[in-house]
Amino acid sequence: MKLNKKSKDNYITYAIVMVAYLIFQILSATGNLSSHMTGLLVPMTYYAVIAVALNLCVGILGELSIGHCGFMCIGAFSSAFFSKLTENVLAWPIRFFLAFVIGIAFAALFGFLIGIPVLRLKGDYLAIVTLAFGEIIKNVINAFYIGVDGNGVHFSMKNSMELNMEPDGNLIINGAMGITGTPHNSNFTIGIIVLLLSLFVVQNLINSRDGRAIMAVRDNYIAAEATGINVTRYKMMAFVLSAAIAGAAGVLFSHNITTLTASSQYFGYNASIMILVYVVLGGIGNIRGSVIAACVLYLLPELLRGFSTYRMLIYSIVLIVMMIVNWSPRVIEKREKLAAKIGFGSRKKIAR
Amino acid sequence: MSFLTYLISGLSLGSIYAIIALGYTMVYGIAKMLNFAHGDFIMVGCYIIFSVTGALSGNSAIGIIAAIVLCTLLGITTEFVAYRPLRGAASPLAVLITAIGVSYFLENVALLIFGADIKSFSSVIKWEGFTLADGQLRIQGVTIVTILVSVVVLVVLQLFIKKTKQGQAMLAASEDKGAAALMGINVNRTIMLTFAIGSALAAIAGALLCSAYPSLSPYTGAMPGIKAFVAAVLGGIGSIPGAMIGGLMLGIIEILSKTYISSQLSDAIVFGILVIVLLVKPTGILGKVIQEKV
Repeated sequence: MKLNKKSKDNYITYAIVMVAYLIFQILSATGNLSSHMTGLLVPMTYYAVIAVALNLCVGILGELSIGHCGFMCIGAFSSAFFSKLTENVLAWPIRFFLAFVIGIAFAALFGFLIGIPVLRLKGDYLAIVTLAFGEIIKNVINAFYIGVDGNGVHFSMKNSMELNMEPDGNLIINGAMGITGTPHNSNFTIGIIVLLLSLFVVQNLINSRDGRAIMAVRDNYIAAEATGINVTRYKMMAFVLSAAIAGAAGVLFSHNITTLTASSQYFGYNASIMILVYVVLGGIGNIRGSVIAACVLYLLPELLRGFSTYRMLIYSIVLIVMMIVNWSPRVIEKREKLAAKIGFGSRKKIAR
Repeated sequence: MSFLTYLISGLSLGSIYAIIALGYTMVYGIAKMLNFAHGDFIMVGCYIIFSVTGALSGNSAIGIIAAIVLCTLLGITTEFVAYRPLRGAASPLAVLITAIGVSYFLENVALLIFGADIKSFSSVIKWEGFTLADGQLRIQGVTIVTILVSVVVLVVLQLFIKKTKQGQAMLAASEDKGAAALMGINVNRTIMLTFAIGSALAAIAGALLCSAYPSLSPYTGAMPGIKAFVAAVLGGIGSIPGAMIGGLMLGIIEILSKTYISSQLSDAIVFGILVIVLLVKPTGILGKVIQEKV
């Protein structure tokens, strides 16, 4: 079978993920994985998934979103709500599958609704507005109170007493206290499957006609428009897909945690910036890089305890240095001169 | 009477936003970059005042001067080390991500030095203020000083831009960097000066912010910084009177929505305003329309 370079590249990515999966499974089966380490596996997968989502937005669409954790938050809450509601009605595989459908659908819907105003903007403005939406989502969910009893669903934005439920009612979303007791359905295997699926979708999109249109919009939207590409449509396509994948990460997240709250620790803009660090370090526009960077950067500080105090500090320095080394016109010039001197010739950079 | 109290505290908060927004708007207008770390300069200023005042057993005047000087240096250094190399980079995202990195860096340095616990900041303004209408309306000293300082800053900045050579150089650089350089203006130095002024304003805003809301943590500056950016956009980015108007409006809206609608949703309302402004009038109240050409 003859493969072209791009599909070969894609298969290498899937292979890396599957090899990593096998290694962890073997380690786990032979008892070489501590319980602490086992607990890190699922978070590792959902961080990898959301890093892929953000890279689609930053690297392929070329717009910086600092509110991607907001979409993760929507996916997490909508799916956890559904799972709590149907906990005793449906068998878990069906319920969890439907939870994914619902989480992804809601995240995509909000991606679309938020995309309408956001994608009219560019650059700095777009970044700050995504940040604003991320914070709005977090704040609004923190003010939600939803309960269910014999009379149906009750909803309030004040407090749980306002719901006027029957005494046997079930309070599902309790404002800032969030959702407690979502069934723990996420596991490493499902996480890896979700990661592979999102990789499949994103990598195939990039190599498709639509993907090339999206990248044309990224590189020069005026030229893209002049060649007949519907700029808004392709921007929206990438943005909604990115939001949907972030929603899938949220579903994994919410079904792996006992108490789900819309706290800044998980869904604030600092969390979104963490993911941006993964994307930048893995290489903007390089999907495989994001997955590797997310896994390594998530596991390393958790394993090296002494390092974890300085983790954020080091990340911030890495972010600045990476940007200057990769993008500064003067540094690029020097690097090319050096490369020419050594004899590599001027190697062309792939990312833009 | 209570409405008046809220209005005044809104004006006070708005004045702080206005001072921060002035820094934002100047840097954005001239360097054409969103200095994400601007809010964190505020936090750095607060910590400097906190430490110097603590070391000198309560002499806050020296603390404020130290904060202004050190923040100015910090602004210049940041511009030189992190932002200048990226001027003219192929992607506009590069400098934005770097700015986010700087913001992250400052927050984490503060976290390592001072810890995550919230420090109680003693007000730099010792004046108690006065009460009106038989004690029903109390106006704090901080409030009055904040409003006065913001007005003074606005007037001084306007005079600086309109009347001095350096100010005119800034205007020229904000219009067209290439043309300004041809007219003999040192664009790099002008941008550096802008950062210096913006950072000094951030230090002043920090002193006022922490005097009005006396809790200091490494994340103190982040939210006010972002809201001040909203204010700058609301007023029209690049416009100095616009930053003032935007700041005051935002402060009043925030306090009133906190009081009359919901304290939890007030941030959402403030950010909602940003979204509406960018949709309805992206140039803000006093902004200029810039047509993008090929």
